[in-house]
Amino acid sequence: MTTAATDRETPPFAAAAREAALTAAVALALTGPMIGLHAASQATGLVIETRWPEVAIAVALVFLGRFLLALLGRAFVWPVLAAGLAVAGGGLFVPFPNALLKAVCVAGGLIVALRAALMLVRPRMTAAARAKPALAARWVAPAAGAAMTAFALLLPVMPFADRQLLDLATLVVIYILLGWGLNIVVGLAGLLDLGYVAFYAVGAYSFALLAQYFAFSFWEALPLAGLFAAMFGVLLGFPVLRLRGDYLAIVTLGFGEMIRIVLTNWVALTRGPNGISGIPKPSFFGAPFARSPPEGTEAFHQIFDLAFSPMHRVIFLYYVALTLALLANVFILRIRTLPIGRAWEALREDEIACRALGLNPTSIKLSAFSLGAMFGGIAGCVFAARQSFISPESFSFIESAIILAIVVLGGMGSQIGVVCAAVLLIGLPEWFRELQDYRMLAFGGLMVMIMVWRPRGLLSHRDPTVRLPAARETPP
Amino acid sequence: MTGAPLLHVEHLTMRFGGLVAVDNLSFEAREAAITAVIGPNGAGKTTVFNCLTGFYPPTVGRLTLTRGGEAGFQLERMEGHRIAREAGIARTFQNIRLFPQMSVLENLMVAQHAELMRASVFSVAGLLGLPGYRAAARGAIDRARLWLDRIGLTERADDDAGNLPYGDQRRLEIARAMCARPALLCLDEPAAGLNARETAGLNALLLEIRETERIGILLIEHDMSVVMGISDHIVVLDYGRKIAEGKPAAMRDNPDVIRAYLGQEHGEAPPC
Repeated sequence: MTTAATDRETPPFAAAAREAALTAAVALALTGPMIGLHAASQATGLVIETRWPEVAIAVALVFLGRFLLALLGRAFVWPVLAAGLAVAGGGLFVPFPNALLKAVCVAGGLIVALRAALMLVRPRMTAAARAKPALAARWVAPAAGAAMTAFALLLPVMPFADRQLLDLATLVVIYILLGWGLNIVVGLAGLLDLGYVAFYAVGAYSFALLAQYFAFSFWEALPLAGLFAAMFGVLLGFPVLRLRGDYLAIVTLGFGEMIRIVLTNWVALTRGPNGISGIPKPSFFGAPFARSPPEGTEAFHQIFDLAFSPMHRVIFLYYVALTLALLANVFILRIRTLPIGRAWEALREDEIACRALGLNPTSIKLSAFSLGAMFGGIAGCVFAARQSFISPESFSFIESAIILAIVVLGGMGSQIGVVCAAVLLIGLPEWFRELQDYRMLAFGGLMVMIMVWRPRGLLSHRDPTVRLPAARETPP
Repeated sequence: MTGAPLLHVEHLTMRFGGLVAVDNLSFEAREAAITAVIGPNGAGKTTVFNCLTGFYPPTVGRLTLTRGGEAGFQLERMEGHRIAREAGIARTFQNIRLFPQMSVLENLMVAQHAELMRASVFSVAGLLGLPGYRAAARGAIDRARLWLDRIGLTERADDDAGNLPYGDQRRLEIARAMCARPALLCLDEPAAGLNARETAGLNALLLEIRETERIGILLIEHDMSVVMGISDHIVVLDYGRKIAEGKPAAMRDNPDVIRAYLGQEHGEAPPC
């Protein structure tokens, strides 16, 4: 870092260039051996390949990024904004030898542009925010929610919506449902649950087993899956009622693993690690999505006189998941404003004060656990229908961690935050499949960035569940 | 001026291992009266409160709360949340325990949980927005508004409780306890940390509660301007034992009390 004194002597560009060159030298020292030399196994044995072009590009990118940031520190906001966008845009079209470098270039350009934009916006925003922060937040959230709902509803008819995207969107919606369910337990009631995947598994296996042994359809199994999961929620809730914080987290973690291990080892019922396949897809009010439906039934495309397309089923499943998620959203938004919802939040804030006010912590915790679990079970049921095949592998601890990350990153207690985080954590990694090796790296990096910049989650604003209405004229 | 007996404490003893925090304490609190429990630090005052509100089960003793001549509640056999809800004992805490990230109004709504919960019929009526629940919710807001007006926080109803100044938080905690419609209000050092003007306001508030609500108030306090100014009856504890009780004027002149608590030799300022 240059001091203020040298700033005055040297012109700003030269100072920024010197700072960037220094950083680039460090980058060269690091990337030289780490990127430049690559051990590849060939027929003749292990040989060392060199990748100097990649090193050069990496160092150039570091230089450029540092240079732009240094200029930003010297108040060249507009040029840096333009340059950042240009780098990001250029990165999309210029061929790179390596997809990762391309991603770094685009992301770096966007971050620089974002920082410049923030510098432009922030002074104005703070002034405006100080004036009426609550008012702005009051209409922003519903507006954003409405826009997201409209987008989600129209997604299947968008030109770019192919089968893969819709399948992915269904998965994202399932995770949104899971996030909202866990949000009741973690975000509202403040009970750290690391074994949430257990309820997801209970829901999925309820449907799978009911379908396999009793030929239940999706619609018959859906409420039962929710009910079973809620029952397991109560079952877990009872022993952990006295625990809080870390202790609760450990016990719930154990519970999640228990469910998975039981599913793996109870081979007679669950067929163990082989999983259950052939889970039926949901039907359209009894009409299956099949080219040639069984005798006596009419298929979806016959009822509506359409040409058969396998897309119908994908689109329908997406809408089923979306409808369930929207219902869950309405339910949770409403229940938050009811006494039970406020009691959850009060319990998170201060359990002793709750008891002193006559709230029964036992029943409040159990209701939070069972309702949260119910949504997990419903999500599991949809998941089983989407996959047609489930095995205990789908319900490992990492799933719990991802769902928890969605809740925490989104902002505890925030419905829209969960949506953003689910899209970010589930949607984007699936989209950038080519970079699969770096997924966990990006995942971790993202978490670190959010914890540094927004330690309380992307959207941490909390709106009161009730506002004091303007004083009414009391009748005489 | 004071009403019928409300709370009977008989032979209350609380031991923690070898330590006797409260030793064979008996006293009585009446309706529409302010009963102060005073004593030096560590005399067992807060332990009495914790036994009354069900945080500790007492080792020995009977705690009976009689509302309006009905059969009494045996508090020592009840869980804390049932004592608050059924017997009607509300309390505040020495270190304020609000719900800091919830709004002021929400704090007052949580205090009316039991009634609202009954009106919302397992949340079903609430989810459907049935008129019965909506009326109950309006009633709860009206009650909250009444108390907000009394403590002068109507303007800040939608702010987070944790952002209020200290004195306002103390008053809000009292208002929250009152929103639970208690028969007995237990205040643990409500004047701690308040300045002289705020203390005078607190006195006025407590007297108003006594006059308008006609409930019993049990008060732990160190501030003698509060104790001597508003209490109808004073119980003095020292080392967990009751050393005296009576009217404020009598307590001020009682030699045992002066020696144990008000005594100049401890360097404490004489009362008033």
